[in-house]
Amino acid sequence: MNNYDIVIIGGGPAGLAAAVSAKNRGIERVLILERERELGGILNQCIHNGFGLHTFKEELTGPEYAQRFINQVHELKIEYKLSTMVMNITREKKVTVINREEGLFEIEAKAVILAMGCRERARGALNIPGYRPAGIFSAGTAQRLVNIEGYLPGREVAILGSGDIGLIMARRMTLEGASVKVVAELMPYSGGLNRNIVQCLDDYDIPLKLSHTVIDIKGRERIEGIILAKVDNLGKPIRGTEEEYACDTLLLSVGLIPENELSGGIGIDMNSITLGPNVNESFETTVEGVFACGNVLHVHDLVDFVSEEAMVTGRSAADYVLSGLQKPTVFNNNIEVIAVGEVRYTIPVKLNANRMEDILTVRFRVGKVIKNQFISVYFDEKRVIHQKRLIMVPSEMENIKLSKSKLKEYPKLKHIIVKIEEE
Amino acid sequence: MYDIIIIGAGVTGAAVAREVSRYQAKTCVLEKEEDVCCGASKANSAIIHAGYDAASGSMMAKMNVLGNQMMHQLSEELDFPFVRCGSLLICRRKEDMPALLDIYERGIRNGVGGLRILESREIAEMEPNVTDDAVAALYAPTAGITCPYSLNIALAENAYTNGVEFKFNTEVLNIRKLNIGYEIESSQGIFKTSYVVNAAGVYADKVHNMVCEHKIHITPRRGDYCLLDKSAGNHVGRIIFALPNAEHGKGVLITPTVHGNLLIGPTAVDIENKEGVNTTSEGIDELINKAGLNVKNLPMRQVITSFAGLRAREDNHEFIIEEAIDARGFIDCAGIESPGLSSCPAIGEKVADILKVKLKLNENPDFIRTRKKILNPKMLSSEERNQLINRDPAYGNIICRCEMITEGEIVDAIRRPLGAKSLDGIKRRTRAGMGRCQGGFCTPRVMEIIARECKMSMFDITKSGGSSKIVSGFNKDSV
Amino acid sequence: MEKRSLICIGCPMGCLLTVEQENGEIINVSGNTCPKGAEYAQKELTNPTRIVTTTVKVENGKIAVVSVKTGRDIPKEKISSCVEALKNITVKAPIIIGDIIIKNVVGTGVDIIATKNVEKQE
Repeated sequence: MNNYDIVIIGGGPAGLAAAVSAKNRGIERVLILERERELGGILNQCIHNGFGLHTFKEELTGPEYAQRFINQVHELKIEYKLSTMVMNITREKKVTVINREEGLFEIEAKAVILAMGCRERARGALNIPGYRPAGIFSAGTAQRLVNIEGYLPGREVAILGSGDIGLIMARRMTLEGASVKVVAELMPYSGGLNRNIVQCLDDYDIPLKLSHTVIDIKGRERIEGIILAKVDNLGKPIRGTEEEYACDTLLLSVGLIPENELSGGIGIDMNSITLGPNVNESFETTVEGVFACGNVLHVHDLVDFVSEEAMVTGRSAADYVLSGLQKPTVFNNNIEVIAVGEVRYTIPVKLNANRMEDILTVRFRVGKVIKNQFISVYFDEKRVIHQKRLIMVPSEMENIKLSKSKLKEYPKLKHIIVKIEEE
Repeated sequence: MYDIIIIGAGVTGAAVAREVSRYQAKTCVLEKEEDVCCGASKANSAIIHAGYDAASGSMMAKMNVLGNQMMHQLSEELDFPFVRCGSLLICRRKEDMPALLDIYERGIRNGVGGLRILESREIAEMEPNVTDDAVAALYAPTAGITCPYSLNIALAENAYTNGVEFKFNTEVLNIRKLNIGYEIESSQGIFKTSYVVNAAGVYADKVHNMVCEHKIHITPRRGDYCLLDKSAGNHVGRIIFALPNAEHGKGVLITPTVHGNLLIGPTAVDIENKEGVNTTSEGIDELINKAGLNVKNLPMRQVITSFAGLRAREDNHEFIIEEAIDARGFIDCAGIESPGLSSCPAIGEKVADILKVKLKLNENPDFIRTRKKILNPKMLSSEERNQLINRDPAYGNIICRCEMITEGEIVDAIRRPLGAKSLDGIKRRTRAGMGRCQGGFCTPRVMEIIARECKMSMFDITKSGGSSKIVSGFNKDSV
Repeated sequence: MEKRSLICIGCPMGCLLTVEQENGEIINVSGNTCPKGAEYAQKELTNPTRIVTTTVKVENGKIAVVSVKTGRDIPKEKISSCVEALKNITVKAPIIIGDIIIKNVVGTGVDIIATKNVEKQE
């Protein structure tokens, strides 16, 4: 039988939490489609600690965190297909999939949850000049080789990008016997958590060069070195600051992009800042019955927030199916949520006070390092939230919580504005 | 002892090999890299030019126009993509009109069909993204685009199937003229042959000068390119050329590719290093600026990769396709810069004709003129696709997510004649690794397949042969 | 009296701590948002410890290596000998999360445990 109530694309942390949540809400036929040989998604290769503080009040490694949800999937007898690739999804929620055993076939769903995660930006997208030798890896690909296959990509390593993946890989490579020469970061601040600077760089005396980038790559067959240069405040290399580093490996941790190949095909309205779908308070996209959560919606830093988001999404999708698919059309009679100034985007972009749960967590990121300022939320003209934050950085997702009861006090509300104010 | 040894397995060498395989001759291609299509043949504009660029009466002009005419039939016989999308050569200033008209007339003299001068309204209708400054354009409906790797690989596979030997990782170190024929000293041993065909690309001067008194000189002319995502693929529907100038050749063009991407480039920088295929920031900036002169709103945020290729430009800026004056039995195919790709079928035929006469060759009665490319399951109906997966489940396993390439196709690429042995070899034959993520997802999976199929250790798998190994060792092996 | 700054790694907040020391004794810690920060400062300056996560080779499993961690944090200076001790270990599949790979690694009193399930390769 190839119809399901809810089909979930992706069996990583978002897909797993959404599935469990939907099943617990009362949906019988939930199906997870996963392209890897096992559930768990990217967590399977994130073997470091730091996951689960919010969700489980303990610190777990990635695979352990994933297993907590995989166990629930098994206990709840949620169906899943592994090594199965989704080729296409239509607006009518027909999902075309392919795998070795069953071939190419269609699954019909009443609701679809997009949970495909994200991919890494590659060297090509940065136009880093130089040769194109072997030995250049995106940090995630190197992470897979080291943590799943047990192969060392190289022995003398340079890393571009100080986001968490770059920092984590600096430590991984060092522990497995490589020598990490330098981590270069284009911005004047690191893109990763402070704790990772300490545990991954300081602990191993690996230098971090802020405001630097790679301007040339040497070596024809296998990389032999890179040239780093300092950059100005526009990110342009400064003449005379060039330094050569000999290395046989370059890891790139230069950005994550939600993997929305399939979303494009459905004709979903996409957000040009997040590069993920625009959604409402129920995490529903502009196509009715198609929901999105996790990194495919916007790139997260903490998996705990992915799970939170996905659990709300699972419940929403479940309610949609249980209501006999008669919920009001997606983007009507909605309050617009608007990001202003240094607030780069908000998730969701629309909300309907009748449909939301008691508390809605609105998530956003700021565009630069901001100290000692306030997150302010306005309901039309009236400021209703004014929270001081000692520090906000682009690499750490922020949130504010809106309560349903409060929103009900403003029946004519048209716009919710989220901004940063100095006082 | 061979009848013919061809030095170089780029499009020129492969085209000669294929045409020569129509005859009965013991032929071998010596290639210094690990695979066919490793030089300029894999890093060019992928364009089959109409043929108005080269000087009238020149070998370049002749070969270009003829090659262009032959391309459609060849693409059907050898199953590689070729689309006659047409080209527009843009004139942005009234004072450049005489130059445009000169080119138009030269095209007619060269035998190019269908040429027309368009005025700005027609240009805007055809190509809304061409600059509003365009006052006129030379429209060449016979110009087209192809996949240079597919073309090169197809020629080589067909030659191999018809009996031509190929030896890879075989660099020609020296050539000695014997009483009859030549002795070639290579990195893999000595070869003796009656005839030599020099199709050595940027090294054709080095090879030629090993044997001939009268020297030639080839300058590598580097061209940087940027490739944009398929979402930018219909920014233009035809090849958009800039008016050339004498110094910088054809200039920066913008073209759709047969796979649906957008390609911008090349620059033109003369260098000395025959291996200098590194891109430069100046080169990339230059090509973006120049392209922007002729086409509006280039979606440069959609760049997925950049690369550079070296054209083999001989001092006289002309193809040298003839038996060397002072070396009987030594046939040059030298100085094959643009329009080399467009000309390769004609060059192949011309050289094969020379060899046929010189060596008094007989027809090969077993010559197979056609060749089928790797089966692309996307071209099948759902039913056919399922029958295929039933027979061979590898076609149900998607390895390259961006281009939707299956394990079945990758295995085919390895097992077929002149099969792939490296990541780049797989990439050129199947497109796995050419998508948005540039191999980030599929690299470990493709490596597994190569290791299994070629019975290689993961440590020996390379990006492109030689020392371009991917992984260095096991975790903790030096701890 | 000396003042030092360090970043607390007790949780992802990464509070910037200021520690006042006199004759090697810690007399004050500020900047922490929770008591763990004060504990961390004390520990980091007297006996720094870390949790170590790495991989160990698997025999006959569906994947080639299994991810492992130290059951608790171990002294920072023992990290490299701990990793070395795992170099030549191979664990037979099937493996369950929590399986002890090595007891009392390099005399720390801490076990190395598996953090991933690995099924046997059929």
